[in-house]
Amino acid sequence: MSEFYSDKDVQREVTELQGKSATAARLFDIRRIIGGLFVVYGVIVTIAGFTASDADIDKAEGVNINLWTGLGMLALGVFFLVWLKLRPVAPPPPDVVAGDEARE
Amino acid sequence: MHPPTTLAAELRLPTNWLDYTILGIYFVVVLGIGFAARRSVKTSLDFFLSGRSLPAWVTGLAFIAANLGATEILGMAANSAQYGVYTTHWYWIGAIPAMVFLGLVMMPFYYGSKVRSVPEFLLLRFDKAAHLLSSGLFACAAILIAGVNLYALAIVVEALLGWPQWVAIVVAGFFVLAYITLGGLSSAIYNEVLQFFVILAALIPISVLGLKKVGGWDGLSDSLTESRGADFMTSWGGTGIGSDNPLGANWLTIVLGLGFVLSFGYWTTNFAEVQRALSAKNLSAAQRTPLIAAFPKIFIVFLVMIPGLVAAVLVPKIGTAGSDLQYNDAIPYLMEQLLPNGVLGIAVTGLLAAFMAGMAANVSSFNTVFTTDIWAKYVVKGRQDEYYVRFGRLITAIGVLASIGTAFLASSFSNIMSYLQTLFSFFNVPMFVVFIIGMFWRRTSMKSGFWGLLAGTTAAMVNYFVIYKQGIIDIPSDQGANFVSAIAGFVAGAVVMVAVSLFTAPKPAEELQGLVYGTTSPGMAEPPAPGDEAWYRKPALLGWGAVILAAACYIPFSF
Repeated sequence: MSEFYSDKDVQREVTELQGKSATAARLFDIRRIIGGLFVVYGVIVTIAGFTASDADIDKAEGVNINLWTGLGMLALGVFFLVWLKLRPVAPPPPDVVAGDEARE
Repeated sequence: MHPPTTLAAELRLPTNWLDYTILGIYFVVVLGIGFAARRSVKTSLDFFLSGRSLPAWVTGLAFIAANLGATEILGMAANSAQYGVYTTHWYWIGAIPAMVFLGLVMMPFYYGSKVRSVPEFLLLRFDKAAHLLSSGLFACAAILIAGVNLYALAIVVEALLGWPQWVAIVVAGFFVLAYITLGGLSSAIYNEVLQFFVILAALIPISVLGLKKVGGWDGLSDSLTESRGADFMTSWGGTGIGSDNPLGANWLTIVLGLGFVLSFGYWTTNFAEVQRALSAKNLSAAQRTPLIAAFPKIFIVFLVMIPGLVAAVLVPKIGTAGSDLQYNDAIPYLMEQLLPNGVLGIAVTGLLAAFMAGMAANVSSFNTVFTTDIWAKYVVKGRQDEYYVRFGRLITAIGVLASIGTAFLASSFSNIMSYLQTLFSFFNVPMFVVFIIGMFWRRTSMKSGFWGLLAGTTAAMVNYFVIYKQGIIDIPSDQGANFVSAIAGFVAGAVVMVAVSLFTAPKPAEELQGLVYGTTSPGMAEPPAPGDEAWYRKPALLGWGAVILAAACYIPFSF
């Protein structure tokens, strides 16, 4: 390392690593996980709402809070799954990857 | 001063199998994300910065979630129970302007220069001394704060679920360790995004039911105005200079100390936050990261403030000797009082997730700084990239173990948040001075960075531990003292930097490309990605929109 660790060193090093990076190609889409988890939670909590006892409802100020929260979570989960379905991630354009590889 | 260890015994939640099922599912998903993200880690850039490839909405939500740890949630509810609507200052003036400034002004330099960490930027702009000092300070701060999260988690879990403290520490430490060593930053960020939604699903029912219990906003407002005075329900009431208010701060220290120095220091130079933006896929996405985060930030204040205010109505003596409940107990108390099994499980999960995310954000930024800034540049240089990935995994484990050790340092502060802010004022504020002067004044010399950092940190510590704690000047509260320490650190850092710059050589102009305002680097010249021209993706519009919205939110609370 010279006296100045310069901007150009970092640019070169990081650009090189970015060329070899596997995240863009291999990392899964988080929308699937959020959607899946919230659908599961939504179903569980909604069922708890349908089977709520009077004590549960009294505790929550007369609101069937499990039912409403469950439906809300279900809606969020479905939203993420629909979004994933409608707008899947485009795979990275192959020419960019090839270009980076050639530069190494 | 009350140690936070004494969460009231009556807070034990009536959890059942349903709640534990919900919690169990979450832990499985957390580990699953770690394993699934593992195959995407090929280079050190993948491990530490997600290969700079994530979309803006993911990094934006992770940016806000990294801040929305459980210490923030419980601490801000505590603040509200203690100080009332003044809490809004930590959001509308104490966050939004700084987040917008980060996105619009600073991000082109951070992202465009392709640095992997905040200290690395200091290495480019200043010299090795400034770099090493800031890396070391940041590494210590990150471990301390991770320890605070872990300790707070242990005492809350002990009170709510009855688990012994060491069980909670081992379980949470194990899961954080596992998912970060497996998947690196991608796994931390994905878990933060998930945690963001779970914590909302926990806080919304608590706030809605809490409001219903005290007769809606009007009932809340009337009741607190009667018991705590009219200023308790306003943002600015009683903050005139010389007038007395429970916060111990006036409008000037709020605007300068919290709104400018503390907030800009935290949001623009705290690497645990900035790292999320640096992992975005292009410059536009990096700029939008803090801007997308700003919109939820404006409204989250209601979800932490309302439970705090409701608790102040239901338990009028909260936080005083007349009650077993501490300010920090506000949200756990409402969970216990209002939530039936089911939603209760969601709330417990959200709280645990928020503790783990708060810890993970610090651990994932610590391992990056320790590996790329300290180890790879000064200790073991020039090895193969695979070596640094392995080392990053090892240092993650060491970091988690060290934060277990630091957890016990947190035990002597009553209000977790003021402890954190004390630390931030010592570490982040001087860093912000050095950044802002180095970025906007070309003449700033290489040597001045180190001296500015050192002087600022020392001044903030002297102000807090000597002048305030020894009672040399009288400041009514810890929070008020934090604001003053921050201003002292800022002024001392700035004066020393300017003085040192005038007597030492400036950095040659050709070495400053892309590092000071008015220059550009190759990284800033990249063409926008397709679709980024859409009006709703324009950084300027998003940023100014957030500022105007935050200012508008003050209006109903100012009179």
